[in-house]
Amino acid sequence: MNAIVDFLGGDIVVTAIVKTVVAFAALLLTTLIVVWAERKVIADMQARIGPNRWGPYGILQTLADGIKLFFKEDFRPRTADKWTFALAPVLAMVPSLLAFAIVPIGDHITIGDRRIDLIVADLNIGILYFLAMGSIGVYGVVLAGWASGSKYPLLGGIRASAQMISYEIALGLSLVPVVLAAGSLSTVDIVAAQAGSVSNVSFFNGVPVLEQIAELFSFVPNWYIWSQWPAFFIFLIAGIAETNRAPFDLPEAETELIAGFHTEYSGIRFALFFLGEYVHVVIISAMAVTLFFGGWGGPKPDFLPWIWPIGWFVFKTGLFVYLFVWLRATMPRLRYDRLMWLGWKRLIPASLVWIMVTAVVNTEGVSRNARLVVFGILFVIVLFWLGKGDPRLTGAVTPQRRRVHGPS
Amino acid sequence: MTTGPTVEPVDASEVARRAQHEAEESFGESEPRLDTEEMILNVGPQHPATHGVFRLLATIDGEKLIHAEPIIGYMHRGYEKLVEQRDYRQITNLVSRMDWLSGINNELPLALALEKLMEIEVPPRATYLRVAMAEMNRILNHLMFFASFGAELGAITPTFYAFREREDIQLALEMATGGRMHFGFFRPGGLKEDVPAGFFDQALKGVRQVIERLNQYEDLLIGNEIFKQRTIDVGVLEKEVAYSYGVSGPIARGSDIDFDVRKDDPYLSYEDFDFEVCSAPNGDCFDRFWVLVHEVAESAKIVEQAIEGMPSGPIMGKVPRVVQAPKGEVYVRTENPLGELGMYLISDGDRTPYRLKIRTPSYSNVSALSHVLKDTYVSDMIAILGSFFFVLGDIDR
Repeated sequence: MNAIVDFLGGDIVVTAIVKTVVAFAALLLTTLIVVWAERKVIADMQARIGPNRWGPYGILQTLADGIKLFFKEDFRPRTADKWTFALAPVLAMVPSLLAFAIVPIGDHITIGDRRIDLIVADLNIGILYFLAMGSIGVYGVVLAGWASGSKYPLLGGIRASAQMISYEIALGLSLVPVVLAAGSLSTVDIVAAQAGSVSNVSFFNGVPVLEQIAELFSFVPNWYIWSQWPAFFIFLIAGIAETNRAPFDLPEAETELIAGFHTEYSGIRFALFFLGEYVHVVIISAMAVTLFFGGWGGPKPDFLPWIWPIGWFVFKTGLFVYLFVWLRATMPRLRYDRLMWLGWKRLIPASLVWIMVTAVVNTEGVSRNARLVVFGILFVIVLFWLGKGDPRLTGAVTPQRRRVHGPS
Repeated sequence: MTTGPTVEPVDASEVARRAQHEAEESFGESEPRLDTEEMILNVGPQHPATHGVFRLLATIDGEKLIHAEPIIGYMHRGYEKLVEQRDYRQITNLVSRMDWLSGINNELPLALALEKLMEIEVPPRATYLRVAMAEMNRILNHLMFFASFGAELGAITPTFYAFREREDIQLALEMATGGRMHFGFFRPGGLKEDVPAGFFDQALKGVRQVIERLNQYEDLLIGNEIFKQRTIDVGVLEKEVAYSYGVSGPIARGSDIDFDVRKDDPYLSYEDFDFEVCSAPNGDCFDRFWVLVHEVAESAKIVEQAIEGMPSGPIMGKVPRVVQAPKGEVYVRTENPLGELGMYLISDGDRTPYRLKIRTPSYSNVSALSHVLKDTYVSDMIAILGSFFFVLGDIDR
């Protein structure tokens, strides 16, 4: 055993390989379950039954779909660009998978005398890496639209490039305040910075009555959702737009562009796009949890102490995935120009202002979280007011005209 | 508007733009400029937003729609000629297939025309049942468009709710007629047969459910901010334009044309019932949809009243064994769910009509599309197509 480990390059390499394989398998399995869960949940919301043939509650449906797609004919249009056409689905899928490397899914486990952190790679530039992977993923969609040699995919590709590039900026900017607050780009450090309770963090230190009141809230964890919630909402909106899901599913837009950028894709290549989208959903959810909801943090009973963080992480991520599904069941699709308006005129300025607010408040040190909460409320009121100022957003409902009796 | 498939849409402004573009090129600009050109996009005949084989030849510049030309005729089945070879009882089933979402409403004007020509007295029970069934069919039709409009804007859930509501009413009609789409229930002189026991209960259950739940569905779609953004001030059909194209039904009422055949030229016994004509002033997608949704509630009210005041008695007037219209001509118009449906029947005393000219609502309504679609976005195009509530069979027949 030791000989093999030494041959492979020692402990570190072996742990890395094991972690990678386990993470990869777990992510794929999660995706299968997420696809099935989405169909079940949406079916429930729409007064339907959903998949129920394969396995208990139809849980094997996704697997059956995958197998079907695998054996389907891999069709390529004559006008398509051969290599780019083949490259695009891989580019859409692989970066989403890779981005998972920096998500800490738990604390650490100890096997023998080895301490194994439950993260594939704790990069000191983790956030940057996450953004980079998201940006590469855009290429997959854009190239797919371009390489198909067909008109509807081209339109989808154009929409995708415009949408994803502009929302990429908002996404990146929304992470800056979190990094400022945590003082680190590493996801592990960011999770560590959210440990503890809100009342421990100099909220109302020295103020006699408020101090005792703050003490009552000691059960509330010190997550960034409290002090950074404007950043959270910007992150969430931009993140949904990044994944191309409703209400930002313009590049796909079934009823407008047939299937948008992947109209010409079938078989396993379509499956890669499909998988890429759902992996992306999981990643964005996991990042939202990591950055704003304390990652794997949560109550840790004595029984099996290493499994609770993982459980908390999965639970929180699951809630976010549910939110994605819920949105899809509720929202109509935004229009192209409205999408651009929201991205460039609201989200990007909002995140820039919020970065400045965070930076200024952070330099003062004492009771900064309290200040941030106050600023956050003010900030969102201003945003709301700005939004209401747009006459097209207020859109007054049509006055009713009804005629009751007789010919006109 | 029905042109061959190869016609290039040429627009004066487009020609001017191209000329200007070429002129700029030939003078040799100092700065290199991006060479752009318009793309011609075939929306349909197979496209999810066209509800069938409707084709739109669109000239687009990026996301902007410069010109769009509706092309119809892919589903022409020659009904107007076909009915000249069939006797009157067979025609009932033919016209029912024109607008397949409102079969029973299509049979109605034919029955009315024959009754007028043959001077048949229709017993009151038959008239009341006809009103109830026509209005139930109108609810079915409108709920279908409620469903599809939401789906076209990307909201998938209302579709399933609408279909759930449809089901109870669908069941009631199935009990009486045995059909779910093509009922073949209205005969000249009355109905095929009396409704079975339990029909009224089922129908009342269906429409009361619709009345009860309609508000929730309205909130789900009409109250949605994104929905408002995508429909308000989008695809405005001005009142004058609507008049000039002969637009009718919910689309015309959405453009402030307060006209409803049921009120303005009552047939059957519509003057007995208390209902309102909904209309809206702006003529955009939102107003058309708003009218459509509110008409559902009005129809449901009519069904309730008709069933509560249902007279007893025979359901068939005195009709000769052989349905044979005397020589003459008659024009009957009714309020189809999608607009005014007119039938001009000329009889030379035979068992078949000499000529039956059918004025279908969808045909006139989609002719206004080209005007409305000018200078919109591709996404707007879908919203406009969805809000024009047309049925392909009704356009082409």
